[in-house]
Amino acid sequence: MNHTSSLSWRSLLNIGLLAGLAIVYTGLIGMIQVFSERGIIAGVLTMGQIMIFLPPLVAGYMAARRSREQGAGRMILNAGLAGLIAAVLPVILVLLIRQLDVMGVDIRSMFVNASKALIDHLTFERGIGPGLAMLVGFMTALGLAGGALMALPERIRQTLITGTTWVIGIGLLSEFMIQILRNLFGNQAGRSIFQAGALKPIPALIIFIVTAGIYYFWQLQGANIRARYARSGEGTKQTFQRTSVGLLGILLLMLPWIVGTFLSEVLANVGLYVLMALGLNIAVGLAGLLDLGYVTNFAVGAYVMGALTSTGPLGLAELNFWIVLPISVLAAMTTGFLLALPVLRMRGDYLAIATLGFGEIIRLLALSDWLAPYIGGAQGILFIPKPHIGSLTIDTPETFYYLILAACFIMLFISIRLNNSRTGRQWMAMREDEDAAGAMGIDTTLAKLLAFTLSAASGGLAGAIFASKLGAIFPHSFSLLISINVLSIIIVGGMGSIPGIVVGALALIGLPELLREFSDYRLLLYGALLIIMMLVRPEGLWPSAVRRRELQSDAAEAAAAD
Amino acid sequence: MTDNILVADNVVKRFGGLTAVNKVDFTIPRLGIVSIIGPNGAGKTTFFNCITGFYQIDEGDILFDGQRLNGRTTDQITRMGIARTFQNIRLFGNMTAIENIMVGQESHLSSTWLGAIFGTPKTRTEQQESEEEANRLLNFVNLRGKGDLLARNLPYGDQRRLEIARALASRPKLLLLDEPTAGMNPRETAETTDFIRKLRDEFEITVLLIEHDMRVVMGISEDITVLDYGQKIAEGPPAAIQSNERVIEAYLGQGAAASATVSVEE
Repeated sequence: MNHTSSLSWRSLLNIGLLAGLAIVYTGLIGMIQVFSERGIIAGVLTMGQIMIFLPPLVAGYMAARRSREQGAGRMILNAGLAGLIAAVLPVILVLLIRQLDVMGVDIRSMFVNASKALIDHLTFERGIGPGLAMLVGFMTALGLAGGALMALPERIRQTLITGTTWVIGIGLLSEFMIQILRNLFGNQAGRSIFQAGALKPIPALIIFIVTAGIYYFWQLQGANIRARYARSGEGTKQTFQRTSVGLLGILLLMLPWIVGTFLSEVLANVGLYVLMALGLNIAVGLAGLLDLGYVTNFAVGAYVMGALTSTGPLGLAELNFWIVLPISVLAAMTTGFLLALPVLRMRGDYLAIATLGFGEIIRLLALSDWLAPYIGGAQGILFIPKPHIGSLTIDTPETFYYLILAACFIMLFISIRLNNSRTGRQWMAMREDEDAAGAMGIDTTLAKLLAFTLSAASGGLAGAIFASKLGAIFPHSFSLLISINVLSIIIVGGMGSIPGIVVGALALIGLPELLREFSDYRLLLYGALLIIMMLVRPEGLWPSAVRRRELQSDAAEAAAAD
Repeated sequence: MTDNILVADNVVKRFGGLTAVNKVDFTIPRLGIVSIIGPNGAGKTTFFNCITGFYQIDEGDILFDGQRLNGRTTDQITRMGIARTFQNIRLFGNMTAIENIMVGQESHLSSTWLGAIFGTPKTRTEQQESEEEANRLLNFVNLRGKGDLLARNLPYGDQRRLEIARALASRPKLLLLDEPTAGMNPRETAETTDFIRKLRDEFEITVLLIEHDMRVVMGISEDITVLDYGQKIAEGPPAAIQSNERVIEAYLGQGAAASATVSVEE
């Protein structure tokens, strides 16, 4: 303890025990068992095993990082110890479950998942004695591996992590990769790479080598290539930009054909969330108004579409989708405007709580007996027709994908235009310092009303399309969770960043739909992900240019101060 | 009668039982440079906030160019031609320097969100002109080439000057500077003093400043008003203020006034 950055026994113990606790916790809530169903590399590695192996690896890495100034020897030693300590709690758990079982105590009445299956997973189905020895051995080894990872030069470490992440990512999505390969290259293509819903070992190795290789090459040459690009003439740059935008456009248009019906459905849902996040981003990202009731706009859009187009008994007018679409958007904007009026003077937390209330009020209104004669109460509105364009009916996931894509592009265009305008600057100034913004001559009342109103438009649009896509709407579709999802997308993607919204929606909405196992633990993973993001990457997955600049200059300042 | 751009008549501002500004009469001649000084807590910044609409005054009147300011909001007052800086710099930290100045131009911009979405020619022209003018102001405050930096990453002195540029962007008739040289070293302070004078001459505006540095106050002001416990205790040209007994007493305490050798200048 005489060195300032030496790792004390106490924190070493903390790191190890926390890692062990992570395994015990995920085991007791059943995650390890459920995730073991999903193979990553056929016959070698399952997602459940990753959940057992990752904590000691991270513990070893953390222990080594905290003791990096004590020399390589201590680093490795501490890392191994951290791995060993991480094994303590899981071992106790296994012994305890077995002992209670022997004593005839029914622990499963309290912990449903404390079963034989969990013991099997933790002991690699080798029986208690050899299995536990293996567990301890593995975890110590993984701790050491984590330490070694820390000891490696950063470039190599990043390369290894990148390759591994790709293998795990592709392995996780095996089912869908097979589907995509089948659509692209016929039936045989999938079988050569995948087996029983997981990667075959050799292709896994190839993926690792290729992705890690590309990453390593970019590490070495990326700066050069970027510099050469920066030096190239305006003409070349423009050609490059146009080509990449063109390629992206072609890819987006071909996507339903490439990925098939099920994934198109997922993409359409992701698109609806992108649409909502683009809208909420105006209020939260640009104007700094924390709106926790965004679902209100979604619900208004959906119910207006439902009520005005439905051919069922509740249909008011049986109008055409395209006529009602702008009406839904206007209705959502009007709601946004009216709900903004009472909260104009509120700031920060108070605003968040008030808007949270509005979100619940709209759901309760939809459920209420009072409005039931018009919007069906709990039975909802049924028989909402699909949209037509000429003789073409938009009724499949693929066609809805195109409709939503078009809507996203319109909102994207509007967002970008607003972002770089006087209005956008007014909002940003208000976000930064509301009083100073007022002193600059900005009418903050008007600016807030405008932010809430325009932000609502996109929610209404998403709601209207949603109603028509589903063909029926029910109050429980408009829960608080939607507001939370949309807000999480913005935070995870990167506050105020438009590409970040797409990445965030893919990660938070797309992935859970692809991985059934994840959706059971969706809220837990959201929470964990948000905490990890705040700690490790507060700027988001794809931060806006300004935020990136900000963080870079912070890093530069820190470097200059050293 | 002299041409006064601002006339405050019997202004009172109370916070609960505390009277922060107590029956202050005050005038600023057009194109003058006038200072308000006083010990900490004398009510200087409160008086600023009353003029700029941050606080609503409880009694009295404030007239700007003949129009009453009472009951108007900050943005309305800015639009009438009063701009200010803040004692503790309040730039829009996560916006670039140029964006900060462009926000300052608010009061004479007219483009709307619809114009922005549809990219109307009027909006484009305004955006372009606004950028050009912002760049001119940036150069004027010696921040050439720093337009794309985030305001919060600028060095302290640059931030002070950027705040002044942002205030100037509203094309004010009256500029209020709240301790413009706070935290500056003597060289920067001297530069700022020259800068304020240059600003008045080039932009033909009236300047009112709150300042603690007596060299700045005495060197630059044409008129000085002294506040103590919310009350005006003296006003006049610098020379008169320096020898005013009540001022010396307010700054140095009773008894000090008796020893005539004490200099206020330090």
